[in-house]
Amino acid sequence: MRAHLTRRYRLSASHRLHSDEMTAEENAVTYGKCNNPHGHGHNYTLEITVSGPVAENTGMVCNLMDLDGFVEREILERFDHQNLNLVPEFAGAVPTTENLCIATYKIVRRGFSFAHLEKVRIEETMMNSFEYAGEEKNS
Amino acid sequence: MVYLTRKAEFSASHYYHNPEFTPEENHRVFGKCNNPNGHGHNYTLEVTVKGEVDPKSGFVVDLKQLKEILNREVLDAMDHRFLNKEVPEFFTRIPTTENLAIVIWQRLEPKLTKATLHRVRVYETPDLFADVYGEA
Repeated sequence: MRAHLTRRYRLSASHRLHSDEMTAEENAVTYGKCNNPHGHGHNYTLEITVSGPVAENTGMVCNLMDLDGFVEREILERFDHQNLNLVPEFAGAVPTTENLCIATYKIVRRGFSFAHLEKVRIEETMMNSFEYAGEEKNS
Repeated sequence: MVYLTRKAEFSASHYYHNPEFTPEENHRVFGKCNNPNGHGHNYTLEVTVKGEVDPKSGFVVDLKQLKEILNREVLDAMDHRFLNKEVPEFFTRIPTTENLAIVIWQRLEPKLTKATLHRVRVYETPDLFADVYGEA
């Protein structure tokens, strides 16, 4: 039988929401307090959901040590305790949590080969959360 | 169609070991979870059923009956137990979170008559959970 496995991680980072394609006034109206030029930060909770058949010899969809190792190396080292505006993934994109979801999804999808990535979900605060599952269900 | 989720909590011990692996392989694959003396978790179980709302009762399922089935099939068998030694399914299967969700699905699914089982979710810790939808 197939199972979905979800693991939660935590990361803290700062960002400033600002688009070079908008005027200063438009940025202020669109992003409000998030447009503060000095930036601000969040404690993000990241959820990675993978799926697959449960292997008979291990009882697992994938080994948690592999998933934890990959996320630590490829996601947390990249984004945790960073200013997101300065990391290469956001060189041309506003570091909203929507875009953080998409960037994380792409990295995991491309690099993690031990199970199928179902979705990435990120809580920016306890009140806001975002999910990205790719553009096509089985792509 | 309406979905209804009932939560339950249970505490149990387990360890991961495959007798077909060498001791080194068991240690490499299962790490700390391979300690033969076992270790424990406070599990949270979420059972989601789906169905049409009965026009007379306004229920998808009688929660009292669902609770009785949950108590009998899952909690009586697993709460405060050593899963490897006391739950027959785990005499031969490794009691991972994934397999726990599968075994709970297999125990509940045939007992539910009025509503259809949609999902079994088992939290091993707040940061790790497995979902099963009965997909082959």
